[in-house]
Amino acid sequence: MLPNYGFIGLLLLAAVAFAVAPLVVVALVAPRKWSVEKGEAYECGVRTTGETWVRFRIQYYVYALLFLVFDIETIFLYPWAVSYLGLAEAGFGLFVLVEMVVFLVLLAVALVFAWAAGDLRWV
Amino acid sequence: MATWQIAVILVKIFLIVGLFQGAVAYMILLERKIAAWAQDRIGPNRCGPLGLLQPLADGAKMLLKEDVIPGYVNKPLYILAPAIAIVMATIGFAVVPFGPAGLDAPTVNGNPIHFQIAPNVDIGILYVFAIGSLAVYAVILGGYASNNKYSFLGGLRNSAQIISYEIPLGLSVLGMVMLARSLELNDVMSWQDRNGLGPIPAWGVFVQPLAFLIFLVSAFAETNRLPFDLAEAEQELVGGFHTEYSAMKFGMFFLGEYLHVITVSFLTVILFFGGWDAPFLGVEDTSWIAAVLKVGVIFFKVTLMVIFIMWIRWTLPRFRYDQLMNLAWKALIPLALLNLVVTMVLIQLFRGVG
Repeated sequence: MLPNYGFIGLLLLAAVAFAVAPLVVVALVAPRKWSVEKGEAYECGVRTTGETWVRFRIQYYVYALLFLVFDIETIFLYPWAVSYLGLAEAGFGLFVLVEMVVFLVLLAVALVFAWAAGDLRWV
Repeated sequence: MATWQIAVILVKIFLIVGLFQGAVAYMILLERKIAAWAQDRIGPNRCGPLGLLQPLADGAKMLLKEDVIPGYVNKPLYILAPAIAIVMATIGFAVVPFGPAGLDAPTVNGNPIHFQIAPNVDIGILYVFAIGSLAVYAVILGGYASNNKYSFLGGLRNSAQIISYEIPLGLSVLGMVMLARSLELNDVMSWQDRNGLGPIPAWGVFVQPLAFLIFLVSAFAETNRLPFDLAEAEQELVGGFHTEYSAMKFGMFFLGEYLHVITVSFLTVILFFGGWDAPFLGVEDTSWIAAVLKVGVIFFKVTLMVIFIMWIRWTLPRFRYDQLMNLAWKALIPLALLNLVVTMVLIQLFRGVG
């Protein structure tokens, strides 16, 4: 098993090489002429005013929280989905099915709650 | 592990990575040709016959142009972002089979040669999704480090968009996983080949049509392709997260995006169009001729899928941001859950005992 993940490691090394190589080549061959205007942030030709890294709207955080809930739910579903058909053929299908439906209903309630509370409305 | 195994894996890595980077260069030409065709223009035709040398010219331009780093950026993150884009797009392909792999692989002296960079990795598709979601860091860091308001907005929009669409993407494939009983992509392919009804193959698109639609829409959103390219949105955000990038770093973002398109096309073909499955090819046939044919079939299907993705770009207008979020949370996620429940109830009805 471990060698198989080692192959991914080899590919990772190759990928890093493929990412670093163009940066190095560009640093060697590309011309460099620095000027104040080039160093400005792009904004319709006028000098930019004010901070860029400002506070942004809370709604992004709300979506991030909801994402966490549902993403972890999905992770739980994967091992279950792999073994479900085998369990169904062995006769445990109904039990496993009901368990999973209970789990999904709990999560659906979370989605319905967020929906009803207006958290999913982008204003 | 024997030396020859390492040699084989290195050959596979360089073949695949080299082939795909070359393919990306020509995909950009193809995209411009399709754009021209859709808009009744001619498209690039100055470099070589039919513009076939255009990728070379583009590559030379990216290498030889000045690589401007604006003065106000967060330099380490600014340089890191395009590198992340390429690395994640490349390693995402590790477990995707491009031909018969696993038990169906052809053999040399009894040793199987897998058409897959990392064969027998049992988390398969979960790995692809995990790496796919890491790719969002390239956009977020690029947008943040640029210290430009357009870039910042682009990165912010993209982070919310990608995390929203990851959920329906993950949920939609569960039906196929349940049926194939495996997370490995080659098992999903051989399941589709084995379970056909006479001449009709058991392709995912027939077995799980709703899941296919959900997967397709989410995949478009995950790759930031139109109609979901809110992170770039030329008309409102100039260039979005890559406004401040130029020359090779800009090219690296593009390379990453197109590599992502290739991976997503492979996933769609493998999960929903049978992968190497064709009417004249069976899973039992593990000869080398069959293997080569299977690789040809899968690449043919992937090419069609890539063309489809490009075609959509010039067909549909961009979504508004609230529509985008509503589509994910109020349509795709409930539909994906519904699809999941229906699939498991049907499995229990038809295959369950007791």
